[in-house]
Amino acid sequence: MMIKLETKSLREAYGLCLVELGKRNKNVVVLEADLGKSTRTVLFKEAFPDRFFEMGIAEQNMASTAAGFALAGKIPFYNSFAVFASGRAFDQIRNSICIPKLKVRICGSSCGLSDFGDGKTHQSVEDVAILRAIPNMTILSPADAVETVMMMEAMLDVDGPVYIRINRNDLPIVTPENEPYKIGKIWELRKGKDIAVFATGYMVKKALEAAEELSREGIEVRVLNVSTIKPLDTKAVISHSKGVKGIVTVEEHSVIGGLGSAIAEALRKEAHPPIEFIGIQDKFGTSAKNYEELLEAYGLTSKAIADAVRGMAGR
Amino acid sequence: MEAEKVKELKKVALKLRSNVLEMVGVGKAGHLGGSSSLAEITAVLYFHKMRLNPKDPKDPKRDRFLLSKGHAVLIQYAALVELGYFPREELKKVKTLEGLLQGHPDMKTPGIEAVTGSLGQGLSIANGMALALRLEKNPARVYVIMGDGELSEGQLWEAAMASANFKVDNLVGIVDYNRIQATGPIKEVFDTGDIPAKWKSFGWHVIEIDGHDIPQIAKALDEAETVKGKPTVIIAHTVKGKGFSFAENSAAYHNAALTEELYKQAQEELRKQGELL
Ligand SMILES: Cc1ncc(C[n+]2csc(CCOP(=O)(O)OP(=O)(O)O)c2C)c(N)n1
Ligand SMILES: [Mg+2]
Repeated sequence: MMIKLETKSLREAYGLCLVELGKRNKNVVVLEADLGKSTRTVLFKEAFPDRFFEMGIAEQNMASTAAGFALAGKIPFYNSFAVFASGRAFDQIRNSICIPKLKVRICGSSCGLSDFGDGKTHQSVEDVAILRAIPNMTILSPADAVETVMMMEAMLDVDGPVYIRINRNDLPIVTPENEPYKIGKIWELRKGKDIAVFATGYMVKKALEAAEELSREGIEVRVLNVSTIKPLDTKAVISHSKGVKGIVTVEEHSVIGGLGSAIAEALRKEAHPPIEFIGIQDKFGTSAKNYEELLEAYGLTSKAIADAVRGMAGR
Repeated sequence: MEAEKVKELKKVALKLRSNVLEMVGVGKAGHLGGSSSLAEITAVLYFHKMRLNPKDPKDPKRDRFLLSKGHAVLIQYAALVELGYFPREELKKVKTLEGLLQGHPDMKTPGIEAVTGSLGQGLSIANGMALALRLEKNPARVYVIMGDGELSEGQLWEAAMASANFKVDNLVGIVDYNRIQATGPIKEVFDTGDIPAKWKSFGWHVIEIDGHDIPQIAKALDEAETVKGKPTVIIAHTVKGKGFSFAENSAAYHNAALTEELYKQAQEELRKQGELL
């Protein structure tokens, strides 16, 4: 791996990798909007003060400025909370960055419900949906710190814009460290013949937990980490849909327009088993005293996944 | 303003800080700095200047209080609870699934006028309200509080031009000029330059005050009411974290958790300030 990882924090891993990329490639520049302590771009600022640009609390300006950097040959990473990095700057992303297919990297930090206390204005439940709809965009959603590092290592080689969705909280590691990583590939983290579960982000861990439990009941669940949501590995989605009794998608995002939608779109021309979407049911977030409690209130638990699987397996 | 009234409002400000502290609590994040810098301004607005009807939070004749810097909503909750908009027990349940009080302003809370928290949007919302009130010949006034870091959002300046263009004079902008944003001093993080000159050049009547001086706040709000044909902004020089020695003039308590010790120390500091009144 690009760095020696001693943390379970995705944002710390992200910040450390930025520094490493900065060392490897002098064209890497970082733009921030007054959240650097949280997004961890402070690490890059310390290492490369000349290539760090604090843009103030002005995300739209930051996005188009990043486009300018890219047009002049740099590889800009711009950073904010996911909700602002995506939605606040939507038109700038679309027009300044995606139409010309620029090599801009967008970090959406504190994604999904992971900023549990701040409530709906700060929780991104539709960032994947809106950005997925823009042509040329690549969307990455790491499951843990290890995968974050792998993605960052591969990040400079991707042509065109990339959005990476970073969770605020420390997460358990599910990614096998020594396997080769490639952006665009679907990871089969657990084999199983009965039901295929496509999950992303922290929900991969929840799916693995559900699979453990279900295995004791004699239901074998295949767990697939879809960490590249776009471009989706459609071939793999189709092949994993063959021979199973059902498909479940799990995401910390709205069920409209996110991973579930992407999987259903991929299977639309195939005969396929029924698909169940687990995600945020067309609602905004809310404030909660901790992360797990909030996930539970939104039905984003291993139990919810297990229940959905049992339903499909006819139990 | 009479000395008695000033003293009473100082006590209110202290009470508001104490409510904020209670909500920040121990071991959980909370926006202490930007809430406490607004204690006096909030006290004067809610307990002196604004026409309110706590029994009917939607009374069309009420003056409107908007926090464009929505992260400081704890100071608004602190005032609303004192005025009886919701029960005191809610303070303990702030930012929980069971509670009414969200991390940022939310319409389900009585007394909250708009959804803010994504910085830079409050002045636009306030313009819309003020223009609607003007159409209705409703004398109610709109007060909108912005952060100085927040002023880097372009939308605020679109809105500032709109207020001047439409000669919105039933709206008062207030800038919490505490010179600190989330990650450090404004001068070092992202220098927004000469703030009063910017507002002037955008066609606003500008009043600069000490934002912790109660008579100055009251006087500025009165003056704003006499200005016709253009919008007024009050640039309030304040101290981020005011009232809590460890948080004053620091970005460290922009949004941070307090230890048990710091919490006790903060309570003690407020108690001492109360004794001096
Ligand atoms: C659009 C947007 N970008 C970023 C944030 C995160 N954020 C919350 S408060 C804050 C700093 C605000 O500084 P300032 O306006 O000076 O507030 P104050 O000092 O009064 O607390 C930031 C960056 C946000 N809430 N909204
Ligand atoms: Mg400030």
